[in-house]
Amino acid sequence: MIVAKRKPIEEIIEEAQAYEKILMVGCNECVTVCEAGGKKEVAVLASALRMHFVNQGKEIKIDEVTLERQCDHEYLEELRNQIDQYDAVISLACGVGVQFMAEKYMSMPILPGVDTCFMGVTEERGVWSERCQGCGSCMLAKTAGICPVSRCAKRLFNGPCGGSTDGHCEIDKDVICGWQLIVDRLTKLDKLDDYEVLMPIKDWSTERAGGPRKVVREDVMQ
Amino acid sequence: MRLQYPSNVKIIKLPCTGKVDLIHLLRSFEKGADGVCVIGCMEGACQFTSGNIRARKRVEEAQRILDSIKIGGERVQMFNLSSSEAPQFVKVITELTEKIKEMGPNPMKAESSKLKAQNMDAQSSPLSASSFELQAHKEGISL
Amino acid sequence: MKTKTPSKLEKILSAGHLAVTSECGPPRGSDPKAITKKAEMIKDHVDAINITDNQTSVIRLSSLASCIHLKLMGVEPILQMVVRDRNRIALQSDILGAASFDIHNILCLSGDHQQFGDSAQGQNVFDIDSMQLIQTVRHMRDEGKFLGGDDIKRPPNMFVGAAANPFADPFEIRTPRLAKKIAAGVEFIQTQCIYNLEKFELWMQQARDRGLHEKTYIMAGVTPFKSAGMAKYMKNRVPGMDVPDEVVKRMAGVPKEKQAEEGINICVETIERLKECEGVSGFHIMAIEWEEKVPGIVERSGLYPRPEV
Repeated sequence: MIVAKRKPIEEIIEEAQAYEKILMVGCNECVTVCEAGGKKEVAVLASALRMHFVNQGKEIKIDEVTLERQCDHEYLEELRNQIDQYDAVISLACGVGVQFMAEKYMSMPILPGVDTCFMGVTEERGVWSERCQGCGSCMLAKTAGICPVSRCAKRLFNGPCGGSTDGHCEIDKDVICGWQLIVDRLTKLDKLDDYEVLMPIKDWSTERAGGPRKVVREDVMQ
Repeated sequence: MRLQYPSNVKIIKLPCTGKVDLIHLLRSFEKGADGVCVIGCMEGACQFTSGNIRARKRVEEAQRILDSIKIGGERVQMFNLSSSEAPQFVKVITELTEKIKEMGPNPMKAESSKLKAQNMDAQSSPLSASSFELQAHKEGISL
Repeated sequence: MKTKTPSKLEKILSAGHLAVTSECGPPRGSDPKAITKKAEMIKDHVDAINITDNQTSVIRLSSLASCIHLKLMGVEPILQMVVRDRNRIALQSDILGAASFDIHNILCLSGDHQQFGDSAQGQNVFDIDSMQLIQTVRHMRDEGKFLGGDDIKRPPNMFVGAAANPFADPFEIRTPRLAKKIAAGVEFIQTQCIYNLEKFELWMQQARDRGLHEKTYIMAGVTPFKSAGMAKYMKNRVPGMDVPDEVVKRMAGVPKEKQAEEGINICVETIERLKECEGVSGFHIMAIEWEEKVPGIVERSGLYPRPEV
């Protein structure tokens, strides 16, 4: 899922202080799972902001609502009848939802409430880590199911580098060396000979480098 | 034991402090509380295994949030007692009351009165109790 | 072996001599004298000089410009090139830049992560990795073409090297990794500095078992300790470095004013021992900010004068 983290409240206060009637909108999917922007987080943030602004002597109304998702038209449409009573929206969805909302409600300021980080997994409650960078041409079949783009700090295709120490990356001893994982897994799969196969140079044109991307399925378009 | 404790303390009983959510702590201050005290069982003795551990983490998060908005994180505290420790309970509550008296009332209250005085329309008062009471009733918390 | 490039280093190695190289770190400024002075100190005692490429991600005068300064003073440079900072366009372009000054040696490296240096907030590139860079240089030289397929006018004629670290983790792939670099086209290797001689000799044994020492020239890296403090620092704080306890004890067991001399003794003893190690084709002496000691080390190791080719 998309993993995000709560923005520092000071940042949100700085952006929100220009407004008097705010709608805070959460999202029931990814940001709920990573406990950054779901219904509970909306309630907590709204309460904290109300208290802050009252303490500053400022009158402010903050209403709360949580949509199923903010990346599909039909859910964002649910706001159409009520959105005009506000002068700004704080969206706790990931960057995708914030932008989609802004596209849909063009004359309404939409502010982000979370920092969107990466595509990743829940290792355990409270710990989320990166697994995929969306390179657009998945090569996991060649690397024993472990991605060198997202798990190696240098995205090496023929790693590890000389800095790998005791299974950890040179940048931080809490970061696992992605290539150590690949070697371990190749060993478990009894395929360590594959290690010596030289991986070819990556075509990055399907990645961010190639420009903003789109996927189209003509067969399902209406 | 009929021990005396400060009269400004309002007790809300719960089956386990694990039922206290972060929002309950914050809303208390939003409603004008000067301090919140969460009293749970001794760690390791929770009937529901780790309710009191979760409560402590939530109290710590509330402290961080209250500090960041300058209300004062020290206004919310958690203590672990066993239910037979009445004198300890009195001590803890009395000490917290003294500490909060020193800190002064919830700074929001003064500002809110000023805003109320300026504002004829009571509907936008952030201290509207109704939505919070409704939620509390739903969860079986008596106020 | 017949030489493929005009590289002096290649000529010395293929003639069967033990080659000697050393390294200079460029300055954190634009004064070329900082390089040329160091090079003057060592040029008669080494066959070629490596110039590091923004090592540990600390910005310095570029390796390419520094190599040009060396070339202009008649010294044989080895261009170190990391893939951390340049995409395939810039890499191929800089290779042509080096070739235009007839720089004939290149060392292909990954590069330390930018977190270590003074630009931790910067991007990194890693468009291709160091093994793919080896393949790229070979492709440019031997096929005369860019990666994209077009012809190169006056292709680069470079002797291609890479680094190897017999002491890094995981140990079980150290020899496969060397084999991989050879398959990618590497022609000479410079190893990380050696203090754990047993481990290095084991790695060399594994390399010999696969005949790898005949497919590439392996140069053993050595660095003299200046002090016991330096030994401890390298043991504990430098990733991929293996400094055995006995070596640290030996350094610490000598009074402070004698430690630099002891460090040089250890270095010379290492060279003498590894001269006997089959498959070791030369020595890469890394004495950063201590370049003045290199001539002494070379002479005491019986490697002076350098052969003429």
